[in-house]
Amino acid sequence: MGVFTIIATYIAAAIGTLVIGLAFKWFDRKVTAMVQWRKGPPWYQPVADVLKLLYKETLLPSTARRTGFLFAPAVGLAATALAAAILWSALLRPESGFVGDIIVIVYLLMLPPIMTIFGAIASGSPHAAVGASREMKLILSYELPLILALLVGVIHSGWSLQPWRSAAGVTPLYSISGVIAMLVAIVAMQAKLGQVPFDAAEAECEIMSGVYVEYSGTPLAIIYLGRAMLLAVMPLLLITVLWGGLVATPLGIAAFIGKYVLLVVLVTLIRNTNPRLRIDQAMKFFWMGVAPLGIAAVVLAVLGANWAIKWL
Amino acid sequence: MNWALRKSLWVYHVNTGACNNCDIEVLELLTPKYDIERFGMILVGTPRHADVLAVTGACTRQAQPKLQEVYRQTPKPCVVMAIGSCAGAQGIFTEAYHMGAGVDTAIRAVDPNAIIAYVPGCPPKPEAMIAAAVKAMELIKTL
Ligand code: SF4
Repeated sequence: MGVFTIIATYIAAAIGTLVIGLAFKWFDRKVTAMVQWRKGPPWYQPVADVLKLLYKETLLPSTARRTGFLFAPAVGLAATALAAAILWSALLRPESGFVGDIIVIVYLLMLPPIMTIFGAIASGSPHAAVGASREMKLILSYELPLILALLVGVIHSGWSLQPWRSAAGVTPLYSISGVIAMLVAIVAMQAKLGQVPFDAAEAECEIMSGVYVEYSGTPLAIIYLGRAMLLAVMPLLLITVLWGGLVATPLGIAAFIGKYVLLVVLVTLIRNTNPRLRIDQAMKFFWMGVAPLGIAAVVLAVLGANWAIKWL
Repeated sequence: MNWALRKSLWVYHVNTGACNNCDIEVLELLTPKYDIERFGMILVGTPRHADVLAVTGACTRQAQPKLQEVYRQTPKPCVVMAIGSCAGAQGIFTEAYHMGAGVDTAIRAVDPNAIIAYVPGCPPKPEAMIAAAVKAMELIKTL
């Protein structure tokens, strides 16, 4: 692949994911409205939101470190876009040259939350500082279960760090360890997206949108876009690693879209039917509940791989 | 661009000493019956994200400087909605010992060209607030 192809792929994947992400953002709000027996926003709502934010004034708090404050959202967005590009090229052309492996993706998806913390701390606001410390604790709790869940996918594909390559015919989900891993991954995804019940970092009525409290105008638009993109990338990651990826037949594509939408609906429903957890409750939940489950899934998967038992 | 602003007004609710009745009516707007999210309006947690300041209450001496600070922290262009008789003209509290200048005067002191929509009533009906929001949107068109 030439440099030009790489850049073109990157831009195409970023824009495509952005469109999907914005559509999902609307979908999420519409489903929420339906759950609450409301009518909900029109389909162009996320686009209007972003355009409006781009057009509004950008305020800089007098206490902020400007460079860090303004650059953090952009870095987060770029990292999400890169992860999206890797995932899409892995899905669409699994046999192409180096597209990065799962470690790169985990690393890139780690960046948006870290950049959120970075920007929040750079803003110098006490509300943002509280939010940042919560976000940090949240990362410490959900990152391990997420990696364990992805590890199950890696084991099922015969210890390949590019599970989508050798995974032809193997779908980790159709086994006991795969189901457990999927559950763990869905919970971790919820936390990564910062949705209720794990939205303590931006608790709106309590610490005034926490980590985002000082952002306005263009940087807020970038944050909005980044979060929309993450909403599109996380389900994609789960489908790629654990749920068979994309099979290029009409039926396969339909199934892929079905899985994608199903995961997003799950995120929305979980967020609508749960109260916000306190940060210590969230940590306890992940460390005492979800992480052991993830370890159990990994153990089962290793046993299954050793004795060639398909359903384990 | 005005189109985007009209279609996505984010509201921050400021209480400057209301009796809480107006605040409850503001929350009413989010319920299934009125559902202002139809128009793209949502309540946000901080003035920096807001396009509309929904001000309730008579603007007491204590609250006045805070209201002005909140207005300064709201990215422009923005609309102020003075909700209730209190916010409009200090209502039954006119001439009380603890009153500030009144919501509109306090905000005009910061920005003489501020867009202020008055919603009379004690408390005003949610329909009246939606009507005020629509009028504010019409005003934004001319910006
Ligand atoms: S206008 Fe009436 S209901 Fe509203 S805050 Fe004033 S006294 Fe209360």
